[in-house]
Amino acid sequence: MRSLILNTALRFIAPIMFLFSFFLLVRGHNNPGGGFIAGLVAAAAITLYTLSSGVSYGRRLLQIDARLLTGSGLLLALISGIPAITSGQSFMTGLWLEKTIIVIGKLGTPILFDAGVFMVVLGITSNIIFELMEHN
Amino acid sequence: MIISILIIPLLGGIILLLSSKRPRWHFTVNFLVSSASLIAAVIVLTQTVSGRILTLQIGNWPAPFGITLVADLLSSVMVLLTAIIGWAVAIYANKYVNAHQAGEGFFALMQLMLFGIYGAFLTGDMFNLYVWFEVLLIASFSLMTLGSTSRQTEGAFKYVLLNLVASAFFLVGIGLLYGVAGTLNMADLARKAAMMENTIVLQTVALIFMVSFGIKAAVFPLYFWLPASYHTAPIPVAAIFAGLLTKVGVYALIRVFSLIFIHDTNFTHTILLIVAGLTMLSGVIGAAAQNDFRRILSFHIISQIGYMIMGLALFTPLAVAGAVFYIIHHIIVKSNLFLIAGIVERIHGSFDVSRLGDVYKKWPLLALLFFIPAFSLAGIPPLSGFWAKLTVIKAGLDIRQFAIVFVALGVGLLTIFSMTKIWAQVFWKEQPITKEHRNTGNNPVWMELIPVAFLALLTIIIGLLAGPVFEISNRAAEQLLNHKPYIEAVLGGGR
Repeated sequence: MRSLILNTALRFIAPIMFLFSFFLLVRGHNNPGGGFIAGLVAAAAITLYTLSSGVSYGRRLLQIDARLLTGSGLLLALISGIPAITSGQSFMTGLWLEKTIIVIGKLGTPILFDAGVFMVVLGITSNIIFELMEHN
Repeated sequence: MIISILIIPLLGGIILLLSSKRPRWHFTVNFLVSSASLIAAVIVLTQTVSGRILTLQIGNWPAPFGITLVADLLSSVMVLLTAIIGWAVAIYANKYVNAHQAGEGFFALMQLMLFGIYGAFLTGDMFNLYVWFEVLLIASFSLMTLGSTSRQTEGAFKYVLLNLVASAFFLVGIGLLYGVAGTLNMADLARKAAMMENTIVLQTVALIFMVSFGIKAAVFPLYFWLPASYHTAPIPVAAIFAGLLTKVGVYALIRVFSLIFIHDTNFTHTILLIVAGLTMLSGVIGAAAQNDFRRILSFHIISQIGYMIMGLALFTPLAVAGAVFYIIHHIIVKSNLFLIAGIVERIHGSFDVSRLGDVYKKWPLLALLFFIPAFSLAGIPPLSGFWAKLTVIKAGLDIRQFAIVFVALGVGLLTIFSMTKIWAQVFWKEQPITKEHRNTGNNPVWMELIPVAFLALLTIIIGLLAGPVFEISNRAAEQLLNHKPYIEAVLGGGR
């Protein structure tokens, strides 16, 4: 069920969705947004693309294996709690760098955690979509 | 230190997940991770056995606002038992999980399920408890359906549905509780509930929690999902389910009904007492009608849970200590019986007791290893089950609750009957020769006998060293009934 309209529209929409998901990810710490919702937006883009072009193209767009992405996301989220332990504080305590960076703002361990959540949500959601569409 | 209990299985699960292309290594990795968990659990217990309560405020957010992990004696004991079963099953699983299943994520899911169980035992926050329940349930759903035969799917469907209902109840209860108390931190709740004047809403919440945890713990009349689903899971999974998952429900019941909902024990704990009696009876009677090895054992889980709830319901220090002792005894014995059922099935190719037989003649060692946990479960002295039963029954006699004591004794007798049935049918009887059924020709191997022997040895040790084990249960019960140190440890901001 290939749709020309969806296919053409996605060329414009998909990049915007990815950009928007990145925007949600980095503003998430203090404003509405964050890893979870950003992951869902990115996964929505992947899903639309998969619907329009097929599973093999969807997998190619994701670049890495969805399971691997989920696992690395979990690992990243876990690692984000470690610096706090090594500096003698309680697990998962947010630690921040002094300097700010344009666009992103302050860097710290919470953004690492959010990036991990982003990867987990993106990985699991795309994996479910791929599996369901392959069995269809 | 507490955090290592959670980080180890999570890290292990992640490593196993990331290496799904190399399933041959999974068994070794899983064994190492389980051993590390066991060591960490022992260390935590040595720190809390003196009565110290370890707390950890995740992310450095102070207690009533952030997530608190608390390890008092009961939690540490439960964590250690989980680690022991996880370790034993890690060895046992070698013969039962093939490379394909490992590649599908069997061991990864197992570690993540253990992660959820550890979390549920360690958390000091009601909402966080809900989250841990979900973590362990989602992992267990997938484990149960791994293999996806139609029987498994049917069993898993019942299991998933009922557990989701339980979770929904739990969530409603949490919402109401937050509405009346304005906090979900258990220590803070204990403090505020004790000062509350209007307790009607609190009572409603108590009953909602009773239903929710009651489904998870499989008490009367909410147990029917358990015998319908447990026997469909792969044996290593069934052993963990049988030993630990219902006990998470029992733990949650003990925790909230000794810490938070104690304003009207005449009301709540009387209901619990009636439920306990009916649970024991219906479980043991259900078992008498079964012919599947695992289904008999599944029904016995239910009847044994009745004894634990009875200990909680009587609510004297001795009774609660008895409940804790019972949990310690039961987790080890019940997982072991499931592992043995798995070995018998692997040799003889069936779980149906009427088709089995001759195990004693061919494998006397296996028969001995079955004899120990089975007759410990039935409460034959000097095995661990005898002391566990003795404690709760003594507690019942002390406060003159003769009806429940009578039920408990009667159920004990019927349990012996049930275990004798398995013993006579599976181990003593000559195996009937039928055309459609043949033995598989497998022999028991050391990899599966070692964990079984290890758990049997633990049963004997608990039986012979009942004094020290009882002393630990007693201290755990004292901590449960005397809230002041718990509240101070959590809200005082100690680490």
